[in-house]
Order: sequence, then C-alpha cells, then structure tokens
Amino acid sequence: MTIRKTSLIQGNRACTEGALAAGVRFYAGYPITPSTEIAEIMSEELPKFGGKFVQMEDEIAGMACILGAALTGKKVLTASSGPGISLKQEAIGYAAMAEIPCVIVNVQRLGPSTGGPTSSAQGDIMQARWGTHGDHPIIALCPSSVYECFTLTVTAVNFAEKFRTPVYVLLDEIIGHMRENVELPAYEEIQIIDRKKPTCTPQEYKPYIIDESMIPEMADFGTGYRWHVTGLFHDETGFPTGKTEIIDNQLKRLMNKFSKYEDEILLWEESKIEDAEILLVAYGSTARSALDAIETLRNEGIKVGLFRPITIWPFPEKALKAKLEKVKHIIVPEMNYGQLTLEVERICKDKTLVSGLFKVNSLPITPDEIIAKVKEVL
Amino acid sequence: MRPDLHHLFRMDKLPHIWCPGCGHGIITRAIGEAIADSDIDLEQTVIVSGIGCSSRAPGYMNFDTLHTLHGRALAFATGVKLSNPQLNVFVLTGDGDATAIGGNHFIHAARRNINLNVILFNNNIYGMTGGQYSPLTPTGKMATTSPYGNLENNFDIPVLAIASGASYVARGTAFHDKLLVDCIKEGIKNKGFSLIEAMSMCPTSYGRRNKMGTAADMLNDLKTSAVNINVAKKLTPEKLEGKFLIGTLHHKPYREFTEEYDKLIDRLRKEGD
Repeated sequence: MTIRKTSLIQGNRACTEGALAAGVRFYAGYPITPSTEIAEIMSEELPKFGGKFVQMEDEIAGMACILGAALTGKKVLTASSGPGISLKQEAIGYAAMAEIPCVIVNVQRLGPSTGGPTSSAQGDIMQARWGTHGDHPIIALCPSSVYECFTLTVTAVNFAEKFRTPVYVLLDEIIGHMRENVELPAYEEIQIIDRKKPTCTPQEYKPYIIDESMIPEMADFGTGYRWHVTGLFHDETGFPTGKTEIIDNQLKRLMNKFSKYEDEILLWEESKIEDAEILLVAYGSTARSALDAIETLRNEGIKVGLFRPITIWPFPEKALKAKLEKVKHIIVPEMNYGQLTLEVERICKDKTLVSGLFKVNSLPITPDEIIAKVKEVL
Repeated sequence: MRPDLHHLFRMDKLPHIWCPGCGHGIITRAIGEAIADSDIDLEQTVIVSGIGCSSRAPGYMNFDTLHTLHGRALAFATGVKLSNPQLNVFVLTGDGDATAIGGNHFIHAARRNINLNVILFNNNIYGMTGGQYSPLTPTGKMATTSPYGNLENNFDIPVLAIASGASYVARGTAFHDKLLVDCIKEGIKNKGFSLIEAMSMCPTSYGRRNKMGTAADMLNDLKTSAVNINVAKKLTPEKLEGKFLIGTLHHKPYREFTEEYDKLIDRLRKEGD
C-alpha cells in the first residue's frame, strides 16, 4: 500500500477522507452535534475537488438536496445525528423507493428526542433498519475504529452506487470524536465502484427493469434519457401504477435486491471464536471494550470470543449461526436497551442462550462491566 | 394544443388526471409554450415537482422529470441545479406544497437566488386530498377543514418571494394565459430565482363548496379580479379594492448562487496551481 498521508484524526474526519477518496462530490446538510465536523470539513474540501457543498435550511432539505444531485450523476453524502436523522427519514424512504444512490452518516447520540447531544449511544440500530415507513431495503455499516470510518465510508459509497440504494454509516459519538493515528492509502489504490449507466437507446430504457441483476441501470439527468422519477409505486418505465401485480413484483424485487450479492455486502470480523464458549456480539465502540474484556478473561482461562458485525443491515445471520457449535451463551453489550440483542436472539435462540448488557446513560460500556456479565452467566 | 408543442409532452400519458374544469391543464400548456418559445436545450431540462394536483404535471412532460415529496421539490431542485448548473430546472408546485409544508424551502431557495424557474399553481385549496384549506384559501372561505369559514390569513406569494430574495416575480392566471406564457419566458431568461404565481381554479374542491358557479364562472372571476400592473399604476386604491395584480411585479437580477459557487471553485483551483 502506498501511503498518501499519516495523521492523527477523529472518526468524523476519517469519514470525510473516505467520502472524498470514494468520489463523493456533493454534500448537503445541516449542523448538528456530534456530526457537525463532517459538514465543516466537506465545506472546506469539496470545492477544492470541484465538488459542491451546501448548508440547507433544515435536515429534510439536506437529504432531499443530495438526492437531486445524485440524479445528475454525482456521488453524494450527508451526515447527521439524533433528531436530524429522524427528520431525514421521509427522504431516505424516497431514496429506497426511487433507488437513488446516497450515503447517510449517522453519528449516534443519546436519545430519544434532543437527548444528549454530546453523549454516545447506539440507539439508532432499529431506526436505521425501519426508520422510514413501509417495507424497504437498506444497508447499514458500523465502524469501530477511526481507520474503519475511512474504509467503510468508501465501501458505503461503493455499495450505494452498485446497488442503487441509500447506505448508512452508523458511527457512535465515541467513534466519531475519538482520535487515532491512521495511514490513508493513495487515491489510486482505492477500489471505486461507479453506478451502471444505460447503453441502450432512450426509447428502450427501463429505469426499473426487473431482470436477473435485480439492480437496474441509472441514467444521469441531462443525458437524453428523459426518464421519470417518483416515490409512487411505478412500473419498469418509472411511471406511476396502481396495478397490484406490478406493485407486487416491484416491491419483491426491492426487498430481494441484495440477496444475490450477500457475499459482497455482509461484512463481519471474528476474534478468538474457534473454541469460544461465551460469545460476545458487539459493534462500534462497544466492540473495543469487548476485545479488551476478552484479553483479560482469556488470561483467566475463560473461553470468550467476539463476533463483530460490520454490516449491521442486512445482518450477517448465516455467518453468526455457523459459529455456535461450542457456544453456550451469547452476550450482546450495546448502548441501547437491546435493539440488536433481539435480532441475535431471533437468530440464535434455538442453539444457545442470549443475554444483553445494556447501558444508556451517556457513558460507554467498560471492559469491567463486560467481564462481570460474562462471569455472571458462567 | 399547438401541434408544435406535442414533442414537449408525453402524449401517450394524456389525458391528464385533473378534474373537468381544473385550470392546471391551461397552466401546464402555457409552460410548454414558454419552453417552446425559449431557446433552451430540451435534453438539458429537468422538471421537478412536489406532491399535489399541480405536481402531477411533470409526468405529462417529455423531459427528465422528478416527482418528489410533499413540499420538498425546491430542496431536490437545489441539488439538481447546484450539482449541474448547465441544466435548466423548472419547479412546478402548488399553494399548499410551496407555502405550507414547503414554506421553509421556498423562502430559502429564493434567498439563495438560485437559478430555478418556479411556477406555483395557486388554486386556493388542497385539491388532491379533497378540499382542505391552504395558506392561500381566502379568509372566510369554506373548506372541509374550515367548515365554519377559514379563520386564518393568507400569504401574498409575490410579496413573500420578493422579501425572501427572488430576482424575478410575476403573476398570471389560467384566464390570462398569453401573459402567463410571457411571464414564464421572462422567468426563464432571468438568471436567478424566478417565481411565477399562476392563479388556477378548482371547481371540484373549492368552487363547489363556496358556491362560485361553473368552471367558466370561476375563469371569469379570474378575468375580472386581475388587473395588469401597468394599468394598476393609473388606478386609485379604491378602484383596486378586491383586485389582484398580474404581470411582472419585480425584476432585479443580482448574484446567483451556482455561479458564485463555480467562481469559488475556479478561485481555489487557481490558488492550488
């Protein structure tokens, strides 16, 4: 790897480095703690890359604005937190429905409501999955280091473009504001994926075709295809329809559009999992405490391992299920009241016991708390 | 429709969904005429709308068309225009879409003086949902959610647009369609935020409930209530009582947002060299 630069930066800045490296050239957003640095840095950097930044009048407009830009062919990103992410839900649903590539960085803060602006939390796990109304596909990636903020933002942009979908990067405040030394690779060494564009004639173009790829090609506005984009249910040509058979087939395609690409989309990391009798399932900053706890517990002879989902949605269900032979108990530490614990329980309850370790008071879950929980279930 | 306009419309999508007597068809045709008479690249033209009766218009128009969310047309359009300033961007919206749920986006898009051509179809009511009062339903008028008469006051859309920073502001009506076409053409020429309020009529959800007669009667009301701004200058305030002005109400070009942004990119590029 050729190193472009080495620097001590926070997770939020690493996201912007990833965005710029992945080819993001448009950002629209609204200031909100603890994600504001992302907007500040993008406002400074984007025009240097020939890109555009605009601070919109509200969070809703920020989300809508990036979708307009994505339709002209730009790679787009916005960032927000807490109440801001709630406000963006309407347009995130539009992006899922109209299949417009975009990345939303959510630097999670303590909620509900205004909650704790500078406090860390992991309370938006289920919001990322089901925050907007109606059944819809979504991808959410969850970094647990500053370097991973960089790499996963690149991955998020690539996924958005390849799969024509909104993609979340779910930081928590600790990861967003933590500083670590990172070595950023040279731009030319970063794998970039561009969206598929039509090569057919405008007359033949079907922006929502149902074919084997499951992901239709997408024409840039202004290139002669003259297509129609709507949040209404639409047929293969993009125009509204009320025909139940077409609605059925299009929604089935939407809900299954990632299934044949799961090998590529589902990311996770395992640590000391082979002989583990106690398995920690942890993500984001909490996974760091989990690793620390594992080291201590292993020194005491307790067989503990970590399964860290990096892709939170869709959840790497088969991968987790395949690791459970020796596992007697799963513990899910998370800074919420069990949002991912319920998912893990659904997947694993036939094979093993599942317990949560919840802490929602603005403080991180410490290694000692995880150690105590492990000893409690032994 | 003029045969030379056919290529601007998706003729296979017509007839439209609007009720008999609705003014929106006239306004949509006027937009087509203004585009046909202007020297703009049709393949570099995007038409954006929100949600409501007016916002169904782009579906019938043969361009890149973007039917967005209720109130959000201007926010989407800002992304389209800023990311590719070469595109001619039109926004078709309604009185509820633009001034109620989209009110914030409306004043801020005008404040940026971003080069968008906004045609606001004002039918004084929420038509699509069956006749609830909007910020443009006149005080005292009946709607399904003002069954005792509307207690609220109205916006004056051109005044709101001017105060917010729009550089071209005009008003036409479904009756004065030639004037409307001229205003839209002027808006296209203006390099900045152009707002054309197009007075429409909704016999189904507004006129019927307020005993305003037939669609033709409502069209006649538009004819008799409107006074051209050039004529109005010679009239006394008493003569103008109960009337509204049509024509170009404001035209003051000044710095446009996307041009300023491109200048910034150029400056940074030169500094970087």
